[in-house]
Amino acid sequence: MEEFLFFMEVLVSGLLQGFMYSVVALGFVLIIKSSGVFNFAQGSMCLFAALGMVSFWEAGIPFWLAVLLALLMMVVLAVAIERVVLRPLVARPPLILFMATIGLSFFLEGLAQGIWGTQPHGLDIGIPDRPFKGFPIDVSQFELFAAGVAILLVVGLVIFFHRTRIGRALRAVSDDHTAALSVGISLRMIWGVTWALAGMVALVAGILWGTRLGVQYSLTLIVLKALAVLILGGFNSITGAVVGGLIIGGSEKVAEVYLSLYFGLGGIESFFGYLLAMLVLFVRPYGLFGDEIIERV
Amino acid sequence: MIYRESGQFASSYAKDMRMFPLLQDRWAFGALLVFAFVVIPLIANDYWLSSILTLFLIYSLSAIGLNILTGFCGQLSLGHAAFMAVGAYASYNFAVRLHTPVLVNFLLAGFVAAAVGLLFGLPSLRIKGFYLAVATLAAQFTIEWVLVSFNWFAGGSMLGAIDTPPMNIMGWDVSSNLDKYLLTLSVVVVLAIVAKNLGRSEVGRSWRAIRDLDVAAEIMGIRLFPYKLLAFMVSSFYAGVAGALYAFCYLGSLEVTAFELAVSFRLLGMIIIGGLGTILGSFLGAGFIVLLPILISQAIVFLHISGASDFLANAELMIFGGLIILFLIVEPYGLARLWQTIKEKLRLWPFPY
Repeated sequence: MEEFLFFMEVLVSGLLQGFMYSVVALGFVLIIKSSGVFNFAQGSMCLFAALGMVSFWEAGIPFWLAVLLALLMMVVLAVAIERVVLRPLVARPPLILFMATIGLSFFLEGLAQGIWGTQPHGLDIGIPDRPFKGFPIDVSQFELFAAGVAILLVVGLVIFFHRTRIGRALRAVSDDHTAALSVGISLRMIWGVTWALAGMVALVAGILWGTRLGVQYSLTLIVLKALAVLILGGFNSITGAVVGGLIIGGSEKVAEVYLSLYFGLGGIESFFGYLLAMLVLFVRPYGLFGDEIIERV
Repeated sequence: MIYRESGQFASSYAKDMRMFPLLQDRWAFGALLVFAFVVIPLIANDYWLSSILTLFLIYSLSAIGLNILTGFCGQLSLGHAAFMAVGAYASYNFAVRLHTPVLVNFLLAGFVAAAVGLLFGLPSLRIKGFYLAVATLAAQFTIEWVLVSFNWFAGGSMLGAIDTPPMNIMGWDVSSNLDKYLLTLSVVVVLAIVAKNLGRSEVGRSWRAIRDLDVAAEIMGIRLFPYKLLAFMVSSFYAGVAGALYAFCYLGSLEVTAFELAVSFRLLGMIIIGGLGTILGSFLGAGFIVLLPILISQAIVFLHISGASDFLANAELMIFGGLIILFLIVEPYGLARLWQTIKEKLRLWPFPY
């Protein structure tokens, strides 16, 4: 029984962490879905958003206003990226766009740290990272809160994609650029909206992870976790991002704890998700929920 | 006028198929070799030899490897630095445990890396595009972790720190920076010529066919799997040799962090900026990425911009990122393409037409 409870505790904490991976992966999915760009700068956008928000807050602006300001900042940034980086690169091969986002991530890291400094900031949003009392297993309040935020975000995005005009336009663009253009959807507007949305998701991810790790450079590294989630779930599926996050979060925690308990091998968290994702890809080459790409000669 | 090919006829098959069909190219190549082997040792100081030129050559070699995989065969890899790590640690172990001669050692390091590359190339059978690219990150993290966790690979020291033993090639003591530069240069020149010819061979043409459209290539009778795996192996071989050179000729003592993910991205940046699918591009890209941070910091010193070192580091990051983006916008086919353009211009210059 004791064993089982311990296992459950590890599993639940892993699953909750998985929700936090999903939030990061969502930012990628949004951009890939509408523009086909593999945005490596998502992690830097998290850092940028979180650093900005913390700095506003520390300057004495109330919490919610600071979040709003940071949101506004991300929208401006998104529009700027669309204008300066994406527009000149329209219709280039995906690899070039991917490389451009790597350049963008260097740029954003430099910019964020240049404006707000390199020292780590603590971020306390008032929800303690402590377990609830009275449960048979320990579940951190903060992790529960983060999971709740992730679920809200997903539900919100799904409603946005399926129930609003802009959402429908976004789906049309992701289906077929040319066809969408021909019915009068403005690609530029759509890309601006997508990047702004991705920026907002980055802000949420940045705040959640910043609370856990502190707002600092290492925030950019969480993309590496999200990438494994992304290929496991499928690049262009919101469901995939969530399910993938849960699978990787849960299994890597269990593997980490038990492998280090019985074999003394620590630190497998850095690659376990990727190996798992690779195994899944052998069976399903487009991830669990990704669209199959049909090739014609 | 300078670069005119008229009047140069290939009168035999061998002449038609040679690596540089134009006289001017052969002269330029020869002059370049003389410059690299004779002039540079005469004029370069220790700082340039040890920390810039050797590094440039090693990165070029590794970039050639990645270019074979990504530029020739079209398989994007984000874990190339890990294969350099495999090569570095393999050569270290061969040198310390088996005392193999240096050059054999580098060769073996390449083969070990190729074997590991084969293993991580297996997913390419089913996975394509960015899925494959992300899957190659598995190679990066798994190899890093294995090298750090099992300290057998580093001869028992913690965190995989190794110290390379002194090198001796048939009585030539490779110890000074100049010796190391010359050794690196020789290896790189040989392997670059091999790569150039590999790209022109049947294998290279098959790779290109796979890169352009793999379904079409398959229909034409090119077996995808062996050729993709071969690309992974050759690419890893080059990375392995580069890694061995990095350990023995550049750093001397190193840890696994020398081959972290950022290095993989830097290599990818080199081949994209230099030009995908060209050997020349690998060199140009490596030069660009190695020299750029130095130039930026020199420029900052030169312009007397003072500020906290934090600020300067961040400014460097921003300029670096910004230049990559600018480059992709302005010259999508890379520096190698720029060279093509220059040659076109030189054909007529100084006459208008």
